[in-house]
Parts: sequence; C-alpha cells; structure tokens
Amino acid sequence: MNKTIGTTELAIALGLSEEEFNLIKDKLGREPNEFETYLFSAQWSEHCGYKHSKSLLKKLPVNIEDENAGYIKIDENAIVFKVESHNHPSAVEPYQGAATGIGGIVRDVLAMGARPIALLDSLRFGDLKDPISKNIFEGVVHGISGYGNSIGVPTVAGETYFNKTYSTNPLVNVMCVGIAKESELTYSKAKEHNKYFVYFGAKTGRDGIHGASFASKELSGKDDRPSVQVGDPFSEKNLIEATLEVLKIPGVLASQDMGAAGLLSSSSEMAYKGNLGFELYLDQVPIREENMKPWEMMLSESQERMLFLIEPGTEKQIKKIADKYFLEMSVIGKTTYERNMKAYFNREELCNLSLEHLVNAPNLVIKAETPNYFYVHRARKNPNITKHPKMIFSELLKHPNIASKEWVYKQYDYKVGNSTVITPGNADASVIWIKGSDKGIAMTIDGNGPMTFLNPYEGSRNIVFEAARNLVSVGATPKGVTDNMNFGNPEQLEVVWQFEQSIKGISSACRELETPVTGGNVSFYNESGDSAIYPTPVIGMVGEVKNINNIMTMDFKFPSDLVYLVGKTTINRDYLGGSLYQEIAGDFIGGEVDKVRTLFELGLHKSILKIIEENIANAVHDVSKGGIAIALAEMAIKGQKGFKGLVGENNEEFFGENQSRFIVTVPSENKEVFLQTMSKMKMEYKKIGRVLPEEYGFDCGFGKVDMEEMKKYYYDSIPNAMED
Amino acid sequence: MNKFDFEVKISLKKGILDTQGMATEKVLKRMGYNINSINFGKDIKFSLESKDENSARKIAEQIAHGVLTNPVLETYELNIIKPEGEN
Amino acid sequence: MPKIKAGVIVFPGSNCDRDAGFALEKIGFDYDYIWHDFEKVLDYDFLFLPGGFSYGDYLRAGALAKFSPVMKNVEKFIENERGLVLGVCNGFQILTESGILKGALSQNEKMKFICDDVDVEIKNRKSPFTKYIEKETLEIPIAHMDGNFKIEEKDYKELKNNDQIVFEYKDNPNGSYKNIAGIMNDKKNVLGMMPHPERNAVKLLGNGDGASILLSIRRFLENE
Repeated sequence: MNKTIGTTELAIALGLSEEEFNLIKDKLGREPNEFETYLFSAQWSEHCGYKHSKSLLKKLPVNIEDENAGYIKIDENAIVFKVESHNHPSAVEPYQGAATGIGGIVRDVLAMGARPIALLDSLRFGDLKDPISKNIFEGVVHGISGYGNSIGVPTVAGETYFNKTYSTNPLVNVMCVGIAKESELTYSKAKEHNKYFVYFGAKTGRDGIHGASFASKELSGKDDRPSVQVGDPFSEKNLIEATLEVLKIPGVLASQDMGAAGLLSSSSEMAYKGNLGFELYLDQVPIREENMKPWEMMLSESQERMLFLIEPGTEKQIKKIADKYFLEMSVIGKTTYERNMKAYFNREELCNLSLEHLVNAPNLVIKAETPNYFYVHRARKNPNITKHPKMIFSELLKHPNIASKEWVYKQYDYKVGNSTVITPGNADASVIWIKGSDKGIAMTIDGNGPMTFLNPYEGSRNIVFEAARNLVSVGATPKGVTDNMNFGNPEQLEVVWQFEQSIKGISSACRELETPVTGGNVSFYNESGDSAIYPTPVIGMVGEVKNINNIMTMDFKFPSDLVYLVGKTTINRDYLGGSLYQEIAGDFIGGEVDKVRTLFELGLHKSILKIIEENIANAVHDVSKGGIAIALAEMAIKGQKGFKGLVGENNEEFFGENQSRFIVTVPSENKEVFLQTMSKMKMEYKKIGRVLPEEYGFDCGFGKVDMEEMKKYYYDSIPNAMED
Repeated sequence: MNKFDFEVKISLKKGILDTQGMATEKVLKRMGYNINSINFGKDIKFSLESKDENSARKIAEQIAHGVLTNPVLETYELNIIKPEGEN
Repeated sequence: MPKIKAGVIVFPGSNCDRDAGFALEKIGFDYDYIWHDFEKVLDYDFLFLPGGFSYGDYLRAGALAKFSPVMKNVEKFIENERGLVLGVCNGFQILTESGILKGALSQNEKMKFICDDVDVEIKNRKSPFTKYIEKETLEIPIAHMDGNFKIEEKDYKELKNNDQIVFEYKDNPNGSYKNIAGIMNDKKNVLGMMPHPERNAVKLLGNGDGASILLSIRRFLENE
C-alpha cells in the first residue's frame, strides 16, 4: 500500500469538498491514501460524476442506458450518435479546445463499432465586434476544420450564434453520427471476470492534468503540466481504421474510449457496469513523458486512446493491427470477480477500493423553486418598436445570427465520404446517403438561449420541436435526440431550476415526438464573475429519409410558384418572447414564449411530409429566427428569385417568432392537389405570395427591396467582420 | 535610431504533444535511421529600430511573448543577432 | 472484355480512398486497395492516389508519404508505362513531392481551407485522361488547404510547350500560378489534379461531371 496518507488539504486542493472527503472516509472506513484521493477527486468531479445532474437526467426518455453513445435504427443499420461539449478548453485555447472536442466525440461513436460519417457543430460566442470573441470564433472554426477534415469525417451542418452572454464563456458543442450494422455493435459493459484490459492508441502524457498547487511542489517548483490537451488527427484517423478492424475480432468483448479522467473512468465504468472489479498494472501503460507518477497515468486526458476488453489469447491479433497503424498496444489489467479496484505499479499495490464507492459520486442536486426573474420577464409587454420594417429587415439580414455562415462551413470538408446529399446552406438539415440503399439520414443541431432563459420548460420544448421541423423540412421523419445542456453554476438555485425545467421540457417533447434521448452531455459552470450564460440546451436530432431521391431544399425554384404559410397562420402577438428582432431592434428580451400545441404540431409534420413525399411542394423552409420575412428572404436569396406577396402589416407579423410554421412553395399546376391535401389533413394554411424572377425584387408587404442589396447584406456580413 | 536584428526560436512547451515530431520520427525509424527523438520548432527573425540595445530588447520581448508565441502551448528563446565580426 | 483493373493506394491518413473505390466501381472498374507498405509489382491498368491527409500532412503535405515502400513500384509502373496514374488532391501533393510531377503545392492564398464546387476548363482535350470528354468545362468539388500550385517559370514554359497542362480554374480559388488545377508528366501517363472527380461521379451527389474524367480514363485504357 502507498505509505503516504492523503490529507483533507490534498483533497480540497484537488476540488473535493470537505463534506465529500468525509463521505469518502465514512464509506471506506479509513482515510484514503494519496493515490486514492487523486482517484476520487477525478471520478467525483462534476465532469465525471454528474453530481448536480444525474438524478434529474433520469427523467429523460432513453432507449439505451449508460453507453458510449446511443443509436436509432434505419433498417438493419444502427445510426449511432451523440453530442458533447468542450466549452472551457475552447476559451483557453480555441483551436485545440475545439479540435480535441471533435476527437472525443468521434471516439465515443467509434467505441460502439460505428464508422463516424458526419459531424455537426453548435457554436456560441460573444459579440463579433469584440476582438477576443472574434479570435475565439476564428480559432474554434480552425480547430474543427483542422481536426475534422484531417480525419476525413465531413462536417455537414451546424449553427453559430453571437451574443454577449457568451463572451467569456463560449459554447462549443460537437455532435458525431456514425453507422454500423446493429448486429455488429460493441458495448462497453464487461460481462465476465478474468478478461484482459487492452490499452490501444497514442502514448500517455500529462495532458489535461490540472496542476494542484499541492502536487506541483513535487516537481521542480514549476508546473510542467500542460493546461490544455493537444489533439493529433493523424493518430485519430489511424485509431478509427484500427479500432474498426479490432472490433471485428470475435475475442474483443467490450470497448470504451478514454475521455474525461482517461484510464480511470474508462476502466472503472466498464467493470462497474458488469458488476465486476478489476486490476490494473500501471507499469504497462505506454507513456511519452519521463517519470510519470501512477496517479498521473490514471488521470491523464491524453487524446486518441481506447480501452478494449478481450478474451485472453486475442492479444497477438490486436498487436498486429496496432503496428500497422503506428499505435501503441499493451495489456494493462484484467477484470476480477471481486468488485474492487486494485492498481499496481511493479507489483506494489497502490489502492484497493470498492468500485461501488468510487463510481457513485454523491447526488448534490438541490431543490429549487421558480425564481422571481421568471415572473418579471414574463410580465413585460412587447416594446413599441417604431423602426420601419425595411430597416429592421436589413438589420436582421446583416446580423451575424442570421447572415450566411459560408465563412464558417466552407472551411469544413463537407463532401468527404462521398455521401453528403444536402450540403450546408441549402436546407434546414443535412442529409447523408446510406450507400447501398435508397435511404438517408437527416441531421440537425439547434439551441436557443433567450427562449430557455425566459421559460426553460416551454423554451426547451420549442428547441426540440424546432429540430424536428428542420428534419421534416427536408422530408425526414425524426427518430432520435441527443442533448447537450450548457448551464451556469449548479449551486445557484436559479440555475438548478432552469436545468430541471429544461430537462422536463425536453423529456415531454421527446415523448410526444417519440424520439428517445439516446445520450448526451452536461456542461455546468459556464460563467465568470457574475456573468452567466443564458441557459442553453442544444439538441441534436437525427431522422430517417425513406427515399434519398426525393428530398427537399429551401431555395425558391421557379417564377410563378405559389408561396404558402402552412401551420399557425395568425401570429399570436402576446407570445413573441425570445424573438430575435425584439433584441436587435428594441434591445428587448421578455414577454411570454410561444408554446407548441402538440396535436396541431404533429399534424403539421404529417402534412409537410405528405406534400414532400407526393411531390406536391418544391421548396420547404421552417420559420424560426427573424420570422416569416426572414424565412422568405432566405428562400429567395438561395434560389436567386424574387418574391411578391403580403405577409402582414406590422413588425410583429413580419418578424415575430411563433411556433409551428413552415413556408412551402407549390408549382401552379399542383395548386388543386395542394388545397385538397391540406383539406384532407385538416391543416391550416394561407397563401402569402408568389415567386418571381430575381430582377423583380423582394416585396413581402413593406416595400420592394433589391435582391442584389439583400444578397450583399446576407453574404458579406461575416466575411467583412472577419477581414477587419 | 539604430537597427537591431533579433531571432526568436519557438518550441513547444515540455509535455505538449509534438505531432509533427512524432510522425516524422516514425517514418525515419522505418527508413532505418537510428533516431531517438525529433522536435519541431519555428525560427523567426525580425529587425526593428530603436534608440539603444536595451530598449530594443524590451520591444523584442514584447513582440516575442505577446505576438509570436502562443504562451499556452509554446516557449521561446530570444537572441540578438550581432553583425559578423562583432562580439 | 475483362474490366479495367484499378489500384487505389492507401497511405496512413488517406481519407478519400473509399470515395475513390465507390466512384471507380460505379464507372465500371474493378479495383483493389493497396496499403502503402505493399512491395510487390503493381499489376494494374490504372493507379489512383487518393486525397486525404497522409501522415497528417506533417512536415509538408505529401512529404512523408513519398517514402512509403509502395512508391518505388509506383515509379517503376510509370517508367515502364504500364498504364495510367491519377493523383487527386493529397495524391497530387505526393506526386509533386516525389518529383514525378513538376511544381509544388503550397498553402492557399487566403490561408484558409476551402470546400467548394469550381469550374475547370480542359486545356488539353487530347490527353489520355480527357480524350473522351465532350464538355469543355467541368464542375468539380475542391476541398483543400494547400492547393496553391507553384512552379518555376522555366518549368512552366516546358509544361505549356509540351501540352502538359490539363485543367485550369475558371475562377482561381487558391492563388495557383496561372490558374493551374491539374498537370501531367512529360510521358503523359500521370495526371495530378487538386479537384476531386470521384466526388462528382454520381448524379445524386452533383451533376456527374467527375464521372466523365474517370470514364474517359477507362475508355482510353480499353481502346489502347
């Protein structure tokens, strides 16, 4: 046993609270030693232990428990997907923070035996005029581009938002989608004892080990530990190919990627899930730095490493694959019948801990009540915005939250893999072809800070339904959800209330849509000083495209096409809370958030899918930020066509945001069929105008706007901001 | 005003992963070279005008530390380049 | 008649190899993947060096891949004129680094990765790679950070005089010298190009212009 006794001082320096340390002493019946204290500090960190969220997350409707990632089925294929955040590292080192975020989420999908085939990113930064935010934005996009392109996984969709609440706390949420035959998936549960743990991948360094002041004194007085992890996409690409080969070997029983708290969490969770224990031989861990201490090996977050559980005898085959792909491979332990964790270094026993105690971090969720701010904001009346709609229109088009994100996505290789059927910027979701079939996978990622702030329950419901509408717009049926919860300090009552309500909202929406939550991630403490971010749930959603040859895009197609608003045809002016135009034109965020009426919304989805399936419509776009006027503008700009019609008579009607609305264009010859179908589906609709040739300009009721001017605002906004 | 030449040698901090070094080392080893390690860095030279060497050094430090290096990942060595013949 | 046999060479870090295989199959080739340490004679009619990030593009793009064992036999294949060779994107970079093609690919002028669809004009319509293409301009996707083609003036003059320039960008996206998008060696059995024809080989994924290049290669090999 390690002779040095861990002290309360060490524990607290490592982030455990005094109460938690006392709890550990109680459970063990003794003081933990220094090594064990390091283990608890990592396993019981918020990042790994989910202390402030796990009991609440149980409310989500899941279809698979505790796996690296979850999946939905399309025929015999498992579509594996998950979202993860790398917010804090991206604030420190934007390029590597974002790059290693990609690396991590890809490995989660890879660990299931699925080939990663698509990436999506949801990014939030401070105001683009702020040079620090600009730098972080630029660095993050470079990082995703550098890493994602290099490993050959296309980044096909995403969202980018700018708001001062994210200035010091950018949000970088990345989602990966992979595919495998359902029968060939690998899980992370160890099922039997006396099976070997195999370390596979890059060498272990001191990445991600935060120098505790106590621990740093051991070294030369300087803290040599890097504060950020550095990713190596070449290793990752090799790891992808190698892992897929390894997981096909019959003797490979389980797999897990080494992510947060690296070797410690991957091995402990794998054994714990199977009601087993394990032994680790740390002298067998491949290291790239000299004199690494055993606890450093346990906690290191060096990238590009996997943990496999294998049948003894399978080692040689795995080593062959490791050598082919320039990777390290080492047998570093085994599962045991006794449900303890024992770690050794050159035969010296370093710890003997009950896994039950180690893996179960305490539940610290506090009970919260509705805070006052909720009632105060809800009661605020719509501001009287007297600006002319034409002015608001151009402000919105130019605003980085609406303007074209070409500057971002043209840095991503969105075509590698030869499967991207809908590329960025052309529709509300991306579609990947499942080669060898006529089917496709539609995918989207969406979040909303302001609406969640105003009403976490309804706001979060709205985000889920918005994601569903994005999939429906391209002709896909929503099948599954992954959630990334980005919130402030969970020791604050307000934040706990927001989180709890948000989870409830997401759960209810997912139940109604019949889209289970296959997995997700929680990121707390996104705040500095007194500035916390808006509570920002981000929803990734995946859907099935039944006929890849019949998908829909948003661009206006032909002059004389009829333009209809389908869904809620009369805007509810008392429920505009969270509308972007109020923020931009009136510096206002308040009022009631619009709610989704479930039956109506589900009927709306069915109607849209029907008119796509039966080739009645030829362009579809869901209405969200900026309201109807902006939705129409986007369709006109993309299609390079003009528009004439009447959307409303005041700013609320042009730009206000309500739920359950789509814009649909129908060729004149399909008018009758369209009207009959709407009648049959009992769906509300309203004719709002006609598509015209581009030179006729854009007129939706507040005067004609020149298309060239619109395109300039829309396309030049972000590039101009970045060139300065 | 006088002209002063500086050279900044930038390398990755100890412990930071050197991806280029690692990959190149593997290839060299496979080609049969008995190489033990290889580290990638950057060599930047710049020339500036200042009234004397001390002031020049101060400015050069600012440039090296604040602009040329990413202090999260890198460390640097700053040297003044004396013209040939001088010591 | 037996199908034309293509070999897709896969380096550690190549990531467009499976895309190439998919396109080749659709266009009627038989194909194999050849791992970079393959040291036997290359018994194929057509070799495809695909895009990607061989060795992470470390040191320089294509610089480490040129030392892969398979390259010795690729060079022999070219010298002995055993068939045609196409290097796409990273493949093009490997061919210039090896000296098989003149010039070098450097970082894009705007110093950013570009993913886009571009129009290229066919400058040599009689080459083995373009002989059977009807259109004069093709739309082909690009996706690269280091696509800026650089060459010494004297080498450029040689390329021009010997009709070795095959594709030129209509709207130069990366600063390439004289808009060069693709060139051949002097034997005219090797073509290197930055745009990705394999990404536009099927109507579902584009307008199919990429298919015409691969089809022309196949026709040439069948009739030769």
